[in-house]
Amino acid sequence: MINIEIDGKLVETERGSTVMDAARKAGVHIPHFCYHKKLSIAANCRMCLVEVEKAPKPLPACATPAAEGMKVKTHSEMAVKAQKGVMEFLLINHPLDCPICDQGGECMLQDVAMGYGGVASRYAEEKREVQPKDVGALISTQEMTRCIQCTRCVRFGQEVADLMELGMAFRTEHAEIMTFVNSTVDSELSGNMIDLCPVGALTSKPFRYTARNWELSRRRSVSPHDGLGSNLAVHIKNNKVLRVTPVENEDINECWISDKDRFSYEGLNSAERLTKPMIKQDGKWQEVEWQAALEYVANGLRQVANGAGADQVAALATPHSTLEELYLLQKLMRGIGSDNIDFRLRQSDFSADGKLAGAPWLGMSVADINSRDRFLIVGSFLRKDHPLLAHRIRQAVKKGAQANIVHSSDDNLLMKIANKAIVAPGDMVSLLAQILKALADEMQASTQGVENVVVGNEAAAIAKSLAGGERAAVLLGNFAQQHPQAAQIAVLAEKIAALCGVKFGYLGEAANSVGGYLAGAVPGAKGMNAAQMLSSPRKAYVLLNVEPELDCANPQQAMAAMQAADLVVAMSAFKHKAVDYADVLLPIAPFTETSGTFVNTEGHAQSFKGAVKPLGEARPAWKVLRVLGNLLDVDGFDYDTSEAVRDEAVDTTNILGALDNHLDVALQAVSGAATQGLQRVADVPIYATDVLVRRAASLQQTRDAATPCVAMRGDELKKLGVKSGDTVKVTQGNASVRLAACADDGLPAGVARVAAGHAATAELGAMFGTITVQPITGERA
Amino acid sequence: MLSEQIQAQVDRELKKYPADQKQSAVMAALRFVQDEKGWISNDDMADVADYLGMPKMAVCEVATFYHMYNLKPMGKHTITVCTNLSCTLCGALDTVAYIESKLGIKMGEVTADGKYGLREGECMGACKDAPVLTLNNKKICARMSKEKIDKVFAELDKS
Repeated sequence: MINIEIDGKLVETERGSTVMDAARKAGVHIPHFCYHKKLSIAANCRMCLVEVEKAPKPLPACATPAAEGMKVKTHSEMAVKAQKGVMEFLLINHPLDCPICDQGGECMLQDVAMGYGGVASRYAEEKREVQPKDVGALISTQEMTRCIQCTRCVRFGQEVADLMELGMAFRTEHAEIMTFVNSTVDSELSGNMIDLCPVGALTSKPFRYTARNWELSRRRSVSPHDGLGSNLAVHIKNNKVLRVTPVENEDINECWISDKDRFSYEGLNSAERLTKPMIKQDGKWQEVEWQAALEYVANGLRQVANGAGADQVAALATPHSTLEELYLLQKLMRGIGSDNIDFRLRQSDFSADGKLAGAPWLGMSVADINSRDRFLIVGSFLRKDHPLLAHRIRQAVKKGAQANIVHSSDDNLLMKIANKAIVAPGDMVSLLAQILKALADEMQASTQGVENVVVGNEAAAIAKSLAGGERAAVLLGNFAQQHPQAAQIAVLAEKIAALCGVKFGYLGEAANSVGGYLAGAVPGAKGMNAAQMLSSPRKAYVLLNVEPELDCANPQQAMAAMQAADLVVAMSAFKHKAVDYADVLLPIAPFTETSGTFVNTEGHAQSFKGAVKPLGEARPAWKVLRVLGNLLDVDGFDYDTSEAVRDEAVDTTNILGALDNHLDVALQAVSGAATQGLQRVADVPIYATDVLVRRAASLQQTRDAATPCVAMRGDELKKLGVKSGDTVKVTQGNASVRLAACADDGLPAGVARVAAGHAATAELGAMFGTITVQPITGERA
Repeated sequence: MLSEQIQAQVDRELKKYPADQKQSAVMAALRFVQDEKGWISNDDMADVADYLGMPKMAVCEVATFYHMYNLKPMGKHTITVCTNLSCTLCGALDTVAYIESKLGIKMGEVTADGKYGLREGECMGACKDAPVLTLNNKKICARMSKEKIDKVFAELDKS
């Protein structure tokens, strides 16, 4: 530690830190634009010039290392003159269009000019102008003329998103921020550049010109999408959500959010919002009062339960529902005697049920990811499934950690991959067994269960990498959790982690993947799980936030079950395909219109309040379930607040006690790959994961939301006589769809990648399994 | 795809740098492209980026930053006239005017037959010989009087 003096205040700061760091510590504000605590030092805006004793000229605080005994003055004559001068230069080419600028009122340039600039400019000549370029649906560069070349956006791309899409072309007065030849910005973290931009050069395309900053009220909320639980500020005006920005939480989302968290709010205002309870009578939908709708539901459920038996009633919820909703739904179901409740809709292997020691979770804190030195990431479309967890892993890799991948698709993860084994889904278990065997050999441990496994080169390399680390983590992604042998994968992963004595965890698929377990929204011993409820159709279904054809592991089966049911109660914020098969539509409030809790993948329970009033007659689902509970005479449905529900559901002070990744499943002998035919590999595209993003208009225009194609190895496509871009017939079960074919040599042999969760593939069957791809012959494509 | 010849040149250049810092060769690679094609197209930048494993925009930044990279075709012979202070004091503007009238083109243009391109340049570090021009960024021609310019063009016309 060294001591320096800033404006007469003595500060102790770390050796190697800068004057800016020390000033922040001392609470002295030094104006700046290009400096950002999460980005590298550029020192190109010159706004942070300060006087340092004995230095002949002002020095940039952000790039000047603090030295023992240094005396810094931020308000001396020299400093003030320098700041005024820099400010005047920065404003030379900056259009003074603040009254119509989207950034007006929250603009660093405006604030700093106010605080440190002169009253008038001496510059009277022509200002430069920059031609705007289209960089996609999310970011507008329409007013790039406002840019002050701080390069924060460029550095964000290089250092955080790890995808350098924006750059500064040309030089001096002609320097311009642009993409390469008008390409779009496709990073899944791109929206953060809008926040980073200190001026109004990069603005949010969906939000532009919809409100002035001072008209908005900000309410804190929590992301309902991925398992991270990013902290959000929901900005509202006239009871409408107009934008979403991050709230800094160093332990969770740092100061970033993914584009999904940022732009999904557009779905809230979609025209598809369901605003009135509806009942289908004689095949026609009729808007009714809540009382009538709820009585109809209660009578319906009672009839089925009394007639065919309570086990004919099934409830499915998405893990994007709040803890309170999930808890009350399961309480309601159990109250009427049914144990059929599940939220793990895309899971296909439930053999670990009843053998889990606790709720599966990340196995460590989110912040802990940065300190890992080895990773084994099994079955994860990491970047798209967990944009910010992927960012943390990338940061660790940059610090020297080794990332090892076992997956069925070789996606570009934007980081250095130490070793990877890209195998067909059917070979995943065997590959993990090889890694276990190799590790056991390396550590001279016993190899029970995998004695006879022959270790391949890839597995050996991964084992070696893991054994060489001290703080490794074995992480299972969504693909591994949805895999038909998920339990075996988990057992092997746990054993691998145990052998190295390292952390083992699950990358939670959705906002409440942990919360669902804690809420008890899983079947008990006599209940049916999500797959069983659909494979042996029930007479009545209660759907909470679910679009079965997009949210379930096997949409074909799910739809058949819905069509055949006597009663389908869809609790949904949107009018979706349920109008075809449901009998009642109950309009419930999305996350901004209800209070609730999400328990993120590290077991952190985050409660939030409603930001706006529910739209139309929509009501928070926990209240709807409360009334249903009362109508059905189930005891204990007299909650006053959602907090009361939460406190009954979980002990928020001791959630970690309920989390445990251990599963008591025996390791099965690994059989050779006995699969035949083409195997489907299904990802859920980043903007197809839940009801809300599917209706976020701008996100749907991005490249990540493009209609899925069927991807196969180039040589295998050739064998079929198909070229990249041709339309092919993709068949699974009793349905086929037509999709464009594309070559992807990063896939293993014998595999076709066809995304799930998208309308174009919703008629197909299970996310895992055999699939056929045929060229279209004899008829026009 | 970069031509085999360029690839070989770049490969030789890459030996000068650590294996994980291939982008160090970007300026050389762009120069090789320009030597072969006379200018650097967007596709060339993308090819260089792929070859060196860099983001395309990073190559674009370099190519647009340095004045001596031609971002559009500049003719078979690119004549770059220095118009910085020393050269201008010694008559660089007359040099420019004479070449413009001789070729019938303006600064930044290319003759219709694609033989000559005229560019404005920055200081070439030979002020004592002002006014100065370069041929294809390789050869410096000093003290450019009208006679000397005629002589230079007479030789170029032959090639």
